[in-house]
Amino acid sequence: MNIVFDLCVSTLTQGLIYGLIAYGVYITYKILDFPDLTVDGSFPLGAAVTAVLLTSGADPFVTIPAAMIAGAVAGLATGIIHVKFNIRDLLSGIIVQTALFSINLKIGGSNLIIPREIDTIFTSGPVMALFGDLGLMYRKLIVALVIAVIIKIILDIYFKTKSGLLLRAVGDNSSLVTTLAKDSGNVKIVGLVIANALVAAAGCLVCHEQRAFSNTMGTGQVVFGLAAVIIGSTIFKRFGFVKGTTAAIVGAVIYKACIMIAITLGLDANLLNLVTAIMFLIILVMGNHNRKGKVKHHA
Amino acid sequence: MLELKNITKIYNPGEITEVCLFDNFNLSIKKGEFVSIVGSNGSGKTSLLNIICGSIPVEDGEVIISGKNINKIKDFRRYEHIGRVYQNPALGTCPELTILENMSLADNKGKRFGLSFAINRSRINFYKEQLSILGLGLEDKLDIKIGSLSGGQRQAVALVMATLTPLDFLILDEHTAALDPKTAEIIMELTDKVVREKQLTAMMVTHNLRYAVEYGSRLIMMDKGHIIMDKDGEEKKATKVDDILDIFTKISIECGN
Repeated sequence: MNIVFDLCVSTLTQGLIYGLIAYGVYITYKILDFPDLTVDGSFPLGAAVTAVLLTSGADPFVTIPAAMIAGAVAGLATGIIHVKFNIRDLLSGIIVQTALFSINLKIGGSNLIIPREIDTIFTSGPVMALFGDLGLMYRKLIVALVIAVIIKIILDIYFKTKSGLLLRAVGDNSSLVTTLAKDSGNVKIVGLVIANALVAAAGCLVCHEQRAFSNTMGTGQVVFGLAAVIIGSTIFKRFGFVKGTTAAIVGAVIYKACIMIAITLGLDANLLNLVTAIMFLIILVMGNHNRKGKVKHHA
Repeated sequence: MLELKNITKIYNPGEITEVCLFDNFNLSIKKGEFVSIVGSNGSGKTSLLNIICGSIPVEDGEVIISGKNINKIKDFRRYEHIGRVYQNPALGTCPELTILENMSLADNKGKRFGLSFAINRSRINFYKEQLSILGLGLEDKLDIKIGSLSGGQRQAVALVMATLTPLDFLILDEHTAALDPKTAEIIMELTDKVVREKQLTAMMVTHNLRYAVEYGSRLIMMDKGHIIMDKDGEEKKATKVDDILDIFTKISIECGN
């Protein structure tokens, strides 16, 4: 029983940490209608920056904004390539993702382990002072939950600002944004910057949690993000009042839970990506179905 | 107000499919005029609007608004002073946003879209007042998504949104063409009302000859990139649908239609 409970706690933690990717993908895929493949590069970028800063003695909490800035720059690159050079959305993401593979190697090498004696955000001063009595596992859950909720609230507020409303408008109808005398390209770039900052923040937290950076840790993250967003929005489709950010984070937790169950039931870990791909295909087919219905509804 | 001087527009220049649409095209529109433009497909009506709005480049010539050459000004900047309603009702509004959010967007046109809250509660009465002009009861449905409205209702909201802030110029691009006859009639009447009340300078492309005759203060007919008829004032008032239908049939026969 205890093992099951522990498993639940760690799955929830994983879902909340990786949920930051889902927030980012929610912005690019759901709001901007931009399939952003930068994610597979900006996720390990955030982790690489974090690993290097931690091993060189930086304060653990400084790594979060640092990783986010790095991710923002990656998003900016994708945005500029797409908007200013007129390169297709998928290709812009692939270009930056490919470039980041080398950049991440240069920053963090192929692997970087964070030694036990170095504090992470889960073991540093303020967290220990507040939750020191709890085990590491519960501390991880609390920190992940607090961060996921804070970011969700900030995003929800942002979507209600003029800038946020314009962002939502661009994905919905970019020609309206043009007639509002705004450059829809610049608005897209802002969205990509925010999204990749969030993805890099996820990379940062994963690096803290696993005490390691690996150059291949980005593989499949964009698929995870898309799956989480689509699962979330499919589940909450009937509940109009549920915010997209809530749907995204819940989708992330559900996805991680499914994977955890599959592994617990004895799935060969080598087959994980195959299962992920099949699951994603099923979700996409369901999503496609919904999308067709939506167009009909609007016509 | 608006002047097009010696406009030359060539599609696919240098290719085998090269088509010269405008060759030294000139048009000048005075402040307060409501110009209806008719013409067969391919006569250059929509290209004309796109040239004014900067959606397509020109090979030669000048586009001048209020005495200022705007050739080098990017499309989105031009819309600071231009409002536009498209043929497709989906293009003038954001379906996933509520009426209130759409109105707030339109209300902020020309201003900075910063980090202050988008919805200004003190403006709601103004929005309701503007929507009530439509007589569709939309002022009581501020919180529903635009996507759930009918095409005609959406076009009506698009019209209100396009004219919410002060404009130099309103462009109507076959804005009743996708609507059923009754709704088209309502939208056309509303357009006339809005243009009169706000004393706008407007340009309307339409395939409906009756609208072109009944509404507006000036009537232009285009064919193959040329203006073949241009009537205003009393002359316009005296024009009947049959008069322009005759000319229209003639040019259509020449085209082989």
